[in-house]
Amino acid sequence: MATLPPSPFDRDRRNRRTMIAMAGVGLSMLALGFASVPLYRIFCEQTGFGGTTMRADANVQVREAAGHTMSIRFDSNVQPGMPWQFYPEHRTDTVTVGSKDMAIFIAKNMSDKPVTGTASFNVTPSQAGAYFTKIQCFCFTQQTLQPGQEVRMPVLYFVDPKILNDPDNKDTQQITLSYTFYPVEQDKKPS
Amino acid sequence: MTTITADHHGDHAHDHHDADHKPAFFQRWFMSTNHKDIGTLYLIFAIFAGVVGGAISGLMRVELAQPGIQYLQGWANIQHSLLGAEPASLDQAYHLWNALITAHGLIMVFFMVMPAIIGGFGNWFVPIMIGAPDMAFPRMNNISFWLLIPAFALLLGSAFVPGGTGYGAGTGWTVYAPLSTSGSAGPAVDMAILSLHIAGAGSILGAVNFITTILNMRAPGMTLHKMPLFVWSVLVTAFLLLLALPVLAAAITMLLTDRNFGTTFYDAAGGGDPELYQHLFWFFGHPEVYIMILPGFGIVSQIISTFSKKPVFGYLGMAYAMVAIGVVGFVVWAHHMFTTGMSVNVKMYFTAATMVIAVPTGIKIFSWIATIWGGSISYKTPMVWALGFIFLFTVGGVTGVVLANGGVDDVLHDTYYVVAHFHYVLSLGAVFSLFAGFYYWFPKMSGRMYNEFLGQLHFWVFFVGVNLLFFPMHFLGLSGMPRRYPDYPAAFEKWNQVATHGYEIMAVGMLIFFINVFWSLAAGKKAAGNPWGEGATTLEWTLSSPPPFHQFETLPVIDDAAHH
Repeated sequence: MATLPPSPFDRDRRNRRTMIAMAGVGLSMLALGFASVPLYRIFCEQTGFGGTTMRADANVQVREAAGHTMSIRFDSNVQPGMPWQFYPEHRTDTVTVGSKDMAIFIAKNMSDKPVTGTASFNVTPSQAGAYFTKIQCFCFTQQTLQPGQEVRMPVLYFVDPKILNDPDNKDTQQITLSYTFYPVEQDKKPS
Repeated sequence: MTTITADHHGDHAHDHHDADHKPAFFQRWFMSTNHKDIGTLYLIFAIFAGVVGGAISGLMRVELAQPGIQYLQGWANIQHSLLGAEPASLDQAYHLWNALITAHGLIMVFFMVMPAIIGGFGNWFVPIMIGAPDMAFPRMNNISFWLLIPAFALLLGSAFVPGGTGYGAGTGWTVYAPLSTSGSAGPAVDMAILSLHIAGAGSILGAVNFITTILNMRAPGMTLHKMPLFVWSVLVTAFLLLLALPVLAAAITMLLTDRNFGTTFYDAAGGGDPELYQHLFWFFGHPEVYIMILPGFGIVSQIISTFSKKPVFGYLGMAYAMVAIGVVGFVVWAHHMFTTGMSVNVKMYFTAATMVIAVPTGIKIFSWIATIWGGSISYKTPMVWALGFIFLFTVGGVTGVVLANGGVDDVLHDTYYVVAHFHYVLSLGAVFSLFAGFYYWFPKMSGRMYNEFLGQLHFWVFFVGVNLLFFPMHFLGLSGMPRRYPDYPAAFEKWNQVATHGYEIMAVGMLIFFINVFWSLAAGKKAAGNPWGEGATTLEWTLSSPPPFHQFETLPVIDDAAHH
């Protein structure tokens, strides 16, 4: 079955072909590395991985699970150096699973300059993230506060009743919704 | 089987009058395109880097011999006075500690094990074992090696520029954000990242070269299923490099832009996620540990077969076990991240997938034992190193199965138990295979025999030393001693002392190794073409020792008899 060895010319051509194919493999992996940034975000948004919350339309229909309540804790933070006071109107709330509820957060600009901020958010325990659905949130957009201005910001949310059927959330009785406000710097663009 | 023609001589016959004609010194070593010379350069470089990385671990063991800070503050002061800075604060001394562990990890992974096992032995013996005259792209091979030098210089140089709290890159070899981004101002971390870029680029070029060589340059009759297992191991490793390293390059490029150009890939403030870096890093990092150990598997297979005077038991199973380890190795990365708060189901998957790797690994271990079984065994130095490898790698593999459990890892994560585990598979696994390969091929590479007594002595001293050094770390980890700290509660003192004494014994072993190398190079017995006898069946033993500068100008023909 062994045939004549390839001539040097043939071998060089085959070598070059293999090299180009392999360089293609390497470049694809490099591209995949960068593509993982949007892919990872989509993955988290779809699955609620790592406590990413879900988002729903204003006219979404949910079935209330009467008799099943969930305690919601609200947590608020500002990044060090952010000259805002930021706190929830109520630290906790008890809601019926499946019913829409509104929470109010209050932010006040304590500095003498207008400051634009954006809030990142997260849910604990992380396996509850897939069921914590926000209809409306101040965290969807950037907020600009004038010096001394105080605003009341609503979050409209519900806990998806499907949580009651998830074995991983069997013992979930309280969900903590946490916000952290960051100053928006001109040179920091969201990736 | 058709015989081969010698028509290769036709087109460049003018330089064929002497296969052993060597270029002048500068041309030969600095502009080398000869796979054997480049392999030698890699080995010399790896030994040098290993001495540097080993010396750094010596500093760490000295400081860890007792609780409290004994020497670290003094070293930090020396570092600061060399650079004309104020005496170091305690925090800056701690930063020096971080810089030491970072340098030790990066040097040992990227500048010792990889250059030695792939660049060194791979370059030397892959072309010869498949009956090729050289690598497919000899000049690219040269670039691969010389990229290592600036990479290493950048990494060493980073110790002398600011890296946040103190001097040097103190991020750990994993370079996790946000410590490596907003947590480490100053150019040290940039230099370390660039060093990884350059070393990685060199390795990718090398991987392309190895794949092309192995796929296209085999001698007539050398089918894939007749290749020696060392060649198989390098082929699998090259694919792992090609698939894993570009992902690291992307991940650390985004670190650089986060650090310098205001992007927020890993910064929650701008919509990024620091956990993404961990996923990307370990998508590279886990295959990386197989990159370091697979060629060692190959070396050990050759040696066990040679000194048992039997072909390897279950050759095809051995080859495809390596392929399986390589494939499954890409889908287990998050077992390094069990404590990042993943759900039970994700943990379950990564636990199960990780344990699956124990199956092909077990196939290899049992096939080695079956190769030895009933063989005509001679316990020459390479063989005792290979046997030591099997034993110690199995110990490290067992603790690996323990750590694979997501629940157990919650307790043991970032403790000395993990340090013990990965030093058993790498520092004792990969390094034992390196020494085994070094003694096995030293006569072939140098043309002189090593000293058998010194080789055996080196093994036993080193074996006792590293076990005293690393075995107590299991106990320390199980009792909760965290890794990456220069200080610890007094309760951990005794086992830490034992470990430091183990380091001293290991260092004596290294001294014996260097005496052996220099003595043998100067005055060792001349080695025959095949000093190991009938068990050594691969093609390198059909050549003289050392082989001629150009080998196989007439391609060898591999007959149907098994050749592995």
